[in-house]
Amino acid sequence: MWKTLVIVALALFAGPAPAQQPTSPDELVKKVMLDIQNAIVADKDMKAGDRDKSIRLIEEKALPYFDQRGMTALAVGVNWRKASPEQKERLVQEFRTLILRTYASSISAFADQKFEFRPVKLAPEDTETTVPVRIVQSGSQPVLVEYDMEKKPDGWKCYDVRIAGVSLVINYRTEFGILVRDKGIDGLIDALTKKNRSLDAKGGAGK
Amino acid sequence: MLALALLVAASGCASTGDPRDPLEGMNRGVLAFNDAADNAVLKPVARAYNYVTPEPLRAMVRNFFNNLGDPWIGTNNLLQGKPLEAITDWMRFAINTTIGFFGIIDVASQARLEKHDEDFGQTLAVWGVGNGPYLMLPFLGPSTTRDTAALPVDWYKDPVLTARPIALRNTATAVRFIERRADVLAVSNTLEEAALDRYVFLREAFYQHRRNLIYDGRPPRERPPAD
Repeated sequence: MWKTLVIVALALFAGPAPAQQPTSPDELVKKVMLDIQNAIVADKDMKAGDRDKSIRLIEEKALPYFDQRGMTALAVGVNWRKASPEQKERLVQEFRTLILRTYASSISAFADQKFEFRPVKLAPEDTETTVPVRIVQSGSQPVLVEYDMEKKPDGWKCYDVRIAGVSLVINYRTEFGILVRDKGIDGLIDALTKKNRSLDAKGGAGK
Repeated sequence: MLALALLVAASGCASTGDPRDPLEGMNRGVLAFNDAADNAVLKPVARAYNYVTPEPLRAMVRNFFNNLGDPWIGTNNLLQGKPLEAITDWMRFAINTTIGFFGIIDVASQARLEKHDEDFGQTLAVWGVGNGPYLMLPFLGPSTTRDTAALPVDWYKDPVLTARPIALRNTATAVRFIERRADVLAVSNTLEEAALDRYVFLREAFYQHRRNLIYDGRPPRERPPAD
């Protein structure tokens, strides 16, 4: 559903914007990251941790390039196949909200990071790749952030982000597995909904 | 200590039945203790430290302590059969200790000599020692039985913990501990927001992170399942 919204929004505000986006996955990651960083640097509220603003920024700049269904499927793991189409829809929706909330609250740290981008070698027939970005910090081991990307009909989409080898998506799998085992798919959906509500109550309503 | 025992007893029965974590009840107790200690003392101190110390100074403190760790990191790289990495670590130490004013400036990183993260637990892992049951250590956080068993070796080779006089050792240890806590303030806040069950989330993140370190950043990958 949000996909349609994004397309509508792009059509309304940006004209034929998708055509101007980089087509290679590494260029795309670079552009999105720098766009977000520039937006935060230029905005005092977001630097100070304004979550609602950060959420809107990520929704606009980053979410269109995430394969949210793929991410959710990866997090749910083996139980994904047991879910009905409606349950899948709900899972994608709630997981998206959770990731967005979490991501948004840490985004202010983006402002003064130094990124190192490296091109990825890609054959024309390749449909998946990992784009590495290094965050360089003096005195400590550089932190490697990796974007696992897949080529979809509408361009390259990211389905997992790993920070220092820790996949944000796979990290949920055990938790989700326990919930499904004990309370079924609907139990997992309930738990996610509750968690999102509690985050909204804590950090001010999202949208 | 009594409080710790009570917490362990109170949470003794909560278990999610993970085969890697047979001591989950006790571990949850220790996490509750760690959280209590963190909220009461560590986090406020780390926040205060962040508040009074400007970032350039914090970087110097961080660099200083990290530099002291490089020789032992090099030894572990050598023990793991990575002599080139070992040489890098020792060169880092030589350069940073001299040109970098006792390590406060990380000149070596600017010269593209990258810092590594190794310890004796990782060396044992490379030698084929298995993880053993998951352990939540008081104050130190997630670990495995193997890594916990390896800790005394790391401590024995730690120039901060073996510094003398005792007063110097205690001060340096405390400053390093607070500095490390301050470094991960943002991450720990995120963790609280992201997790449905913090205990499980932390355990998974630990296992992923540890696996990544042991594979030196190149563990096998996974793709989303089809619908």
